[in-house]
Amino acid sequence: MERAFDVVVVGAGPAGMAAAVSAAEAGRSVAVVDDNPAAGGQIWRRGETLPGAARAWLGRFERAAITRLPGSRVFDGTVDRVCVDGGGEGFELRYQALVLATGARERFLPFPGWTLPGVFGAGGLDAMARGGLPVAGKRVVVAGTGPLLLAVAAHLARRGAKIVAICEQAPLGSVARFAVRMATEPAKVMQGIEYRWAARRAKMHFGCWPVAAHGAGALDSVTLRQSRRRWRVGCDFLACGFHLVPNVELTALLGCRLENGFVAADAVQQTSVAGVFCAGEPCGIGGVEAALLEGQIAGLAAAGRIDEARALAPRRRKLDGFVRALQEAYALRPELRAMADEGTILCRCEDVRYGTLRGRESWREAKLQTRCGMGSCQGRVCGAAAEFLFGWRVDAVRPPIFPAPVSSLTSCNLAENEREAR
Amino acid sequence: MSTAYDVAILGAGIVGAACALECASRGLRTVVTEGRGVGSGATAAGMGHIVVMDDSEAQLALTRYSQTLWHALAARLPDEVEFDRCGTLWVAADEEEMQEVRRKQAVYVAAGVAAEILGARGLEEAEPHLRRPMAGALLVPGDAVLYPPCTAAWLLQEARRMGAEFVAESAVGAVAGGVLLSGGSELQAAHIVIACGADSTDLLPALPIRKRKGHLVITDRYPGMVRHQLVELGYLKSAHSLTADSVAFNVQPRRTGQLLIGSSRQFGDESREVDHGILARMLQRAEEYLPEIGGCSAIRVWTGFRAATPDKLPLIGPWPDDESLMLATGHEGLGITTSLGTGRLVADLLTGTVPEIAADAYRPGRFLSGAGTEPEVARGGMGA
Amino acid sequence: MPEVVTISVNGQPFVVPAGTTVAAAMLRAGGTTRTSVSGEMRAPLCGMGICFECRAVIGGKPHERTCQIVCEPGMDVWST
Repeated sequence: MERAFDVVVVGAGPAGMAAAVSAAEAGRSVAVVDDNPAAGGQIWRRGETLPGAARAWLGRFERAAITRLPGSRVFDGTVDRVCVDGGGEGFELRYQALVLATGARERFLPFPGWTLPGVFGAGGLDAMARGGLPVAGKRVVVAGTGPLLLAVAAHLARRGAKIVAICEQAPLGSVARFAVRMATEPAKVMQGIEYRWAARRAKMHFGCWPVAAHGAGALDSVTLRQSRRRWRVGCDFLACGFHLVPNVELTALLGCRLENGFVAADAVQQTSVAGVFCAGEPCGIGGVEAALLEGQIAGLAAAGRIDEARALAPRRRKLDGFVRALQEAYALRPELRAMADEGTILCRCEDVRYGTLRGRESWREAKLQTRCGMGSCQGRVCGAAAEFLFGWRVDAVRPPIFPAPVSSLTSCNLAENEREAR
Repeated sequence: MSTAYDVAILGAGIVGAACALECASRGLRTVVTEGRGVGSGATAAGMGHIVVMDDSEAQLALTRYSQTLWHALAARLPDEVEFDRCGTLWVAADEEEMQEVRRKQAVYVAAGVAAEILGARGLEEAEPHLRRPMAGALLVPGDAVLYPPCTAAWLLQEARRMGAEFVAESAVGAVAGGVLLSGGSELQAAHIVIACGADSTDLLPALPIRKRKGHLVITDRYPGMVRHQLVELGYLKSAHSLTADSVAFNVQPRRTGQLLIGSSRQFGDESREVDHGILARMLQRAEEYLPEIGGCSAIRVWTGFRAATPDKLPLIGPWPDDESLMLATGHEGLGITTSLGTGRLVADLLTGTVPEIAADAYRPGRFLSGAGTEPEVARGGMGA
Repeated sequence: MPEVVTISVNGQPFVVPAGTTVAAAMLRAGGTTRTSVSGEMRAPLCGMGICFECRAVIGGKPHERTCQIVCEPGMDVWST
């Protein structure tokens, strides 16, 4: 199968949907590739009562003339096409313009017991609950860092979970400063208040993080630390994530310039590669509002409506302060590097332990000598942890940027394109 | 500061590491330099197939010798080396290839290498997932697989235990008696062994070595799907050429249950990028022999460069222009197998010991004018 | 659309609400999704298809990411 579109969008979260809708409403042929079974991304994952803005965008997305390819992944790509694995086959999508709205994943940091069943990401447990995992009556500790913690606690509380504690590693002072800066954003403040109200029974601890998860075969309790105090709380689930890491594998493969790990984009969200646009978290962790604006800008620009795209840019720039403030408020404290002990598994695919990795020279040496990052997840979990723990720079990317069947690699490959280029 | 060593080994790929262990264990004051990470060049790109090959008598002698050295070492190899004596199955698709099976078996047995002919039924039992019908196969049970980067690291660690020193810098120049390091310092050594694989020409541009690019793919874990290293005998039809690009069915079961899929050979492409055209051909070839592999999840693709010589034999011995320089390079696709034999030969030459196999066929001087007849252009080898 | 779906988890019939992901169904069934390479029992971590801890065999196909797949009637799911 091979198809050609004016605009191909990768990712159907808020940024991807906004880009696709904007380009389609501008009269362009649009295809959207998304790994999830349904549109909405992680933040608007189904199974939760979605806010009005989400319902509106999902409605527009479903009504627009868009070729939707859920359950599909881009595993390779070049200047005019991407290779997609979906529905059991590999196929090419040709594009005039490409919008990368690949979102972000949680940063996970290892601590003893974090591989026990019952320990999830923060967004991870939220997603599992939306996917049908019952949490009613379950005792849940929410831990890690970032505004996601409160949102997750609220969602889980609304489902009947007993939130035992919310542990934010950032100190109260920096979160308070962030909250003060947010006073100019009444909508965000209101949302924060709503979340806190929903999870009002939970104790909120700042400057607090998990040092161990316990249980025989499954989680039964967590040891928390705050300053010199350590205590153990019983729980059924631990929802723990340390803010977000942008998904930039495809962007990097296409040769787009990155700055401090994020995609460098101009005022109309174009990357350093002409015709390749980027929107949402890969450009900077900025939340749904920034993602929607960037998506619209990218979609319009990809459709050739540069003036309309430019007209939206000032609204997006107003959010720059929020993006920066978010990054500063939830900076990881160095003590988190001491959570893992020698025997703590860092690479969950290959079961490589912290003690095996400590003292290695580089990510590449660690991969070659210990198998760290060589498993199915291609280092998506342990890579970000290793960057934080050891200061390693994670390698250049190679296709396939997501695991794909061998048959997809043979049926969809860029050989023809390479021949044309010669 | 300069230290005088008996021997400086440039490069800590598997060949350099094997040379270091052999030199150090014979009491030579040994230093190894490597700036890019131990076992991270062609060693990391290779399949790790310990295989006896018979493209030429000299190749058979060196691979067979090396295989016996691996067998002798096997009991000492640590777990992470993943040494597995799974054997090689040379798969014959048709009667013409079965004739090659019979020829090959006679040669191997005459050389003292166990080799057993499997008919169509025997092959089906040995490898039930191969496409049917196949004509049969030659089973070489003494062949093995291992994980090269950890093997190189272990060999180097053993060498250091025997007194060898290690400098984490690249050699940027090598002249009689001295090595200039990337950090600016110099090493003094009576002998210098160049074991930099395809990059050896950076130090000695006149070396008759060309980079021959290869691709490999590794899948997720599918334990039991493949039991032996599988190689098509059809490669003899496709890989003879020293100029054209070629692919061959070559699949290895890793101890993890992962499948390592090779192989491709290309001259003239020195970019590290994946060449999608040859990758697709290589994978199609694998699917032709092993249809179910199409459904296996590929998790990584990488490329590497073999150090190819015109006659497909390595360069082991003194460099005629400067006899203080000893070469241990040009192993093409057989560096993992022949690393141990190379280490022995290098140490023998340095210590004036009579080698256990004749070393003349590997002497670098064979390519110089007046060194005798033009080298015979050998048949294509395998390995990845 | 029916309100419940019956699938098979490790050979046992199991009923879940429609829309449940296979990963959630496996946890509801009281199990885990996979055994790690050193023998630990594992359950999903990320819930969004990137950590590969939720892999299981679906319809004979190994390494399926169960958190990204919604239960369909008659699905045959095995933990590994």
